[in-house]
Amino acid sequence: MDLGNINPVLLVASLMISATPILLAAIGEMVVEKSGVLNLGVEGMMITGAVIGFIVAINTGSPLLGFVIAAVAGAALSLSFGVLTQIFLSNQVATGLGLTLVGLGLSSLLGKPYEGQKTATLPKLDIPILGDLPVVGRMLFSHDIMVYVSLCLILAVWAFLKFTRAGLILRAVGESHDSAHALGYKVVRVRLLAIMFGGACAGLGGAYLSLVRVPQWTEGMTAGAGWIALAIVVFASWRAGRVLIGAYLFGGISVLQLNLQAAGMTWGVQYLSMSPYLITILVLVFISSNRSRSSHDAPANLGQTFHATR
Amino acid sequence: MSSNTTDNLLRLSGLTKAYPGVVANDDVSFDIREGEIHALLGENGAGKSTLVKMIYGLVKPDKGRMTLHGAPYAPSEPSAARKAGVAMVFQHFSLFDALDVAENVALGMENPPPRRDLARQIREVSETYGLPLDPSRTVGTLSAGERQRVEIIRCLLQDPRLLIMDEPTSVLTPQEVGILFETLRKLKTEGTAILYISHKLEEIRTLCDHATILRLGKKVATCTPSETTARAMAEMMIGSSFVSPTAKHAIPGEVLLRVDNLTMPPPGAFGTPLRGISFELRAGEVLGFGGVAGNGQDELLLALSGERLTERGTIWIKGADASRDGPVLRRAAGCLTAPEERLGHAAAPNMSLTENAVLTAGRRQRLVRNGFIDWKRAEGFAADVIQRFDVRTPGTHVAARALSGGNLQKFVIGREVAQNPDILVVNQPTWGVDAAAAAAIRQALLDLASKGAAILVISQDLDELLEIADRFGALNEGRLSPLKPVADLSIDEIGLMMGGAHDMEVAHVEA
Repeated sequence: MDLGNINPVLLVASLMISATPILLAAIGEMVVEKSGVLNLGVEGMMITGAVIGFIVAINTGSPLLGFVIAAVAGAALSLSFGVLTQIFLSNQVATGLGLTLVGLGLSSLLGKPYEGQKTATLPKLDIPILGDLPVVGRMLFSHDIMVYVSLCLILAVWAFLKFTRAGLILRAVGESHDSAHALGYKVVRVRLLAIMFGGACAGLGGAYLSLVRVPQWTEGMTAGAGWIALAIVVFASWRAGRVLIGAYLFGGISVLQLNLQAAGMTWGVQYLSMSPYLITILVLVFISSNRSRSSHDAPANLGQTFHATR
Repeated sequence: MSSNTTDNLLRLSGLTKAYPGVVANDDVSFDIREGEIHALLGENGAGKSTLVKMIYGLVKPDKGRMTLHGAPYAPSEPSAARKAGVAMVFQHFSLFDALDVAENVALGMENPPPRRDLARQIREVSETYGLPLDPSRTVGTLSAGERQRVEIIRCLLQDPRLLIMDEPTSVLTPQEVGILFETLRKLKTEGTAILYISHKLEEIRTLCDHATILRLGKKVATCTPSETTARAMAEMMIGSSFVSPTAKHAIPGEVLLRVDNLTMPPPGAFGTPLRGISFELRAGEVLGFGGVAGNGQDELLLALSGERLTERGTIWIKGADASRDGPVLRRAAGCLTAPEERLGHAAAPNMSLTENAVLTAGRRQRLVRNGFIDWKRAEGFAADVIQRFDVRTPGTHVAARALSGGNLQKFVIGREVAQNPDILVVNQPTWGVDAAAAAAIRQALLDLASKGAAILVISQDLDELLEIADRFGALNEGRLSPLKPVADLSIDEIGLMMGGAHDMEVAHVEA
């Protein structure tokens, strides 16, 4: 095997591409969970976004429009979860799992005619000055717009939760829906909005897979990315910065193991394929193992059904 | 009553609210004047909470009108009530543990100022009213008294005309109650009206100008508390007279429970460690442990019940080391416990009363045979508890969740008492229970003691401990004060044993 074939510049560049879908889905799910809702349907919303985005991009020729419609589709699908769990008070775990199954089935039905086709992908941005820097330019500043959108989204979510009143209300609803209700906040409305935001983010993440990263449509192409996004939210102890670390770590190891395989590493290909999942979880467990802090990081009312009794 | 004078702040006329099966409020009318402290009295389920929720805009009345400053007042939601100058301190605090003080305050305000200004305002108000509070502390780390300050300051920052307080003193030390009353009197002189809900009649006698008494959703009486005895008010609430518990003091027998230098780390991030707790509990004795919530009461109960195992040689039941025995073995040995949290700890919310009875009484009452539940016996036992302790419920098949707090409390305490334990440890046995039912529970505990059981009552209600305990000790930050006979104690001494309010540490040292 020849490790010299692995180019660190390309490695970092492809790491960012590889991490973006998970990053988008995870930051959306983090907002949902901060509001106290556990939506296990991320995988289903992602793959729905992937297929819808792909179909729109092929039929209109505009990948950007594909992203927009994918976000709308993800939000619409998540709204069905929201209505069931928040208004009809169904169980969140079961409904979320159902959402994943619906999304997987729906996407393979819709995507059947489009298998094997190619679509236009997002152009790489041409950032003046920064893009021309040696090494760093190619590594960090020559990506498509969605990579930067996802990074801005992390920053925006962090600032929203920390500094705005709306963010405070969202956290309060996740922390104690009864208290929030007693103070007159609309628990169900806040949660529905958070759920739709999460759905839109998952839809964007899915569309990134089918429009940029691969870029074509294959059945079941998310291959567990939604579940990894869910795991990252938990192990990142519901913090935007750590979600970024987790997603990039996962993306990095995925790319690295592909490179290692390409470089001719022969033993234990299965172990290599498994490594991104294992290492990401191990590292995030290690980060969140500081007991005194982590025990109250989870929103106190996560996954609990709210019903205004009186 | 001079009801047409202009100093009327809020007038309620004919308020009615019905829920399926119950009329929570039936044609309730009264006036609250500016600058008065008005008490609202009633048993559990008399409709006090529903009434204040209507005033605060959380519940819409079916019938009736309210006027505030002579203008019609019908808040559709709490923010409308807050805008009109009505603020509320909740019974079960409406706080968020993981957020800090300033964030909690901001959530209760309509248009909170930027964080830095808000922190300054919190400091100013807290100094003006003698309620010291650090805006950047996480609420989950505060004591009950400090948590209440957060609620009060949240209200005061909005210059309320009417402040509603729902059972504010149930979690405070005597000194903290004193500080609270100072604050309320100061507010009163500034013209703020206070609607004050409490079970503690002596407090109402010292603090309140007028009292309105509700029974079964109807207004049944008004009185001037300072001119009425506590007993008379209690009887107005119940509609009949009741018997105060009487102790038949037995001579303490052998030591049944011995705790020897019990030290334990806290169970979670917001818990309290236990530090070197030692005491002996004898047959026929009632031992009372007081203290402000969060000073190790729950942790001590967990250690005594066997839910958390302790080091060898720390807990002895009838002379045998039980430190490593779990709850089942301890129950078998005759040591029963009833924790404070009714739903989720003492009782499984979605299970029926019969099933809940089996959960703790299965072995001792032989409700389980060869691994099968004897449903007939179990139902009989549950029905017996219901009948003996006057639990108001349609039957044994009802889910624990469906009972009101006071009724469920009667059931979970009754369930343990009915098993004739040798040792009974109860935490907050009469929390949220009305006067007559509380008297019945206390009487049951005293009867049990007179039959030779050893009883440990952990409670934040000092009057309760003084009434039934033979010896008293206070828990403070996980330590137990020396135990003293109740007969020689004054309320002031007890307050000092409990560590007093945080601001009174200096006085403590000098005393």
